[in-house]
Amino acid sequence: MTDMRVSLPGLEMKNPVMPASGCFGFGKEYSEFYDLSRLGAICVKAVTPEMRKGNPTPRVAETGGGMLNAIGLQNPGLSHVMEDELIWLQQFDVPVIVNIAGNTPDDYCRVASAVSDLPNVSAVELNISCPNVKEGGIAFGTDPVIARELTEKVKQVCSVPVYVKLSPNVTDIVSIARAVEAGGADGLSMINTLLGMRIDLNTGRPVLANGSGGLSGAAIKPVAVRMIHAVSQEVSIPIIGMGGVTCAEDALELILAGASAVAVGTQNFADPFACPSIIDGLTETVKRYNVNAISELTGRSWRTSDRQILTAR
Amino acid sequence: MKRIERMKILKNRPIASRIYELELEGDLVKEMKSPGQFVHLKAADGLDTTLRRPISICHIDREAGTFTMLYRTEGKGTQLLSRRQAGERLDVLGPLGTGFPVEGFSHQTRCLLIGGGIGVPPLYELARQLTARGHKVTTVIGFRSAEDVFYEDAFRELGYVYVATEDGSRGTKGFVTDVIDRHISEWDRYFTCGPRPMLRAVEARLGPDGWVSLEERMGCGVGACLACVCDEKNGSGYRKVCTDGPVFRAEEVVV
Repeated sequence: MTDMRVSLPGLEMKNPVMPASGCFGFGKEYSEFYDLSRLGAICVKAVTPEMRKGNPTPRVAETGGGMLNAIGLQNPGLSHVMEDELIWLQQFDVPVIVNIAGNTPDDYCRVASAVSDLPNVSAVELNISCPNVKEGGIAFGTDPVIARELTEKVKQVCSVPVYVKLSPNVTDIVSIARAVEAGGADGLSMINTLLGMRIDLNTGRPVLANGSGGLSGAAIKPVAVRMIHAVSQEVSIPIIGMGGVTCAEDALELILAGASAVAVGTQNFADPFACPSIIDGLTETVKRYNVNAISELTGRSWRTSDRQILTAR
Repeated sequence: MKRIERMKILKNRPIASRIYELELEGDLVKEMKSPGQFVHLKAADGLDTTLRRPISICHIDREAGTFTMLYRTEGKGTQLLSRRQAGERLDVLGPLGTGFPVEGFSHQTRCLLIGGGIGVPPLYELARQLTARGHKVTTVIGFRSAEDVFYEDAFRELGYVYVATEDGSRGTKGFVTDVIDRHISEWDRYFTCGPRPMLRAVEARLGPDGWVSLEERMGCGVGACLACVCDEKNGSGYRKVCTDGPVFRAEEVVV
């Protein structure tokens, strides 16, 4: 039996699989399908200091092999999340990562400082890559200097490890990754959605009310694999990989690219049981490899010492 | 715990222009009670579609262990669905959402059901449940043209039916609101499902004492992704169409 546990800053995980932020609410809806304690971790929807209504509808549109979304960070705000959602999650034996967003660095600091004091919050994830809001979001994630400064500021006030969620909508993702590592990030999450658009042939207008949205789903997995492959060789902090994971084989591909853990996003919508079935599938699939622990497979696609055929047994 | 079932397709056939009647068999039928609820189904296996498709429940036959849905072929998902054959299995999540109320009305309440196009199907199960409880049902259904009309006779077995078509090729020429203006004067409660302009026009005429069923592009269908929201009437926030709805009190949400 391969050891499925993975250990990341702040996160002692039973297995490397977690739902991705924004695709799982705060867990309540999916707790009606299975026991959330089965998950390696839970990453909750982005939290901002005040309640946000988000964007007008339509907010989603299917695309070939994926979907576009422009929810616009709708959330009930920091105090409601603290007093309700995060307290509710305490009943499960699972580390919680709180995704954080805001318009200003102070917004990020305020939320990070507050939620990191809760006992079941194991880490925070800085959302500097949301493509669907006018202020903040992606604006912090496309400039290495700004991304580093934000990371430094949050690190000063946050009592749990800080992961930074990177945007693929940049020319050189490695430079952003290096910058946030220098700013003190404990880990990276990558990738967020790719900017995209669909136009309705009947109306001649974009399908999404927001115009553009974030592309996710199976179509973006090769982008995630390539970026994780590149970044993991250039930083020494661990990566939570995400982008188009629909099955155990996809999760394994991200791990081989360089991810230490894997988040499942859009597939939760197609299959509410996506996370537990990927966990089960991964436990089976990994048996083909000559390893004692799944963590040994992280980055095997580029580690020069491991040139042998992987599936030796 | 909620679950998914691979239900058996008994029937999947066209009954009007681009309108298909899909009948499925399986255990999930036992959990289907409220008219106006929907199921979220995978039109095809594999990665041909990323998202499920929400389709309202049209008729529940608990004794036979079957239920029926009607859908209109619009995009890729419904096209794929229309090619599925009897005997195949379909991946179904549901029943989901909050449906129309059928309890708590006084004896022989006069119920006015107003449907437009592909918004008509959930009103059929509603009409069945209301008449089964002794209430009086009058149905007003609107379509573009005679070739689009479906379930007129089925509704007639349950009460009085008015049909409106935009081109006048069947029933009253015009919209459901033209029928209401001309023929409907006495009713106690109304229930409506159809395109937004129709819902707005109905609400403008009949006021807040009714229920509206909303349609919106959905992601997860279970309340997690926040894709399908509508505005609350008192201005403060959003309601989720998939879980708080799709049926709302007319006074509750902005149509």
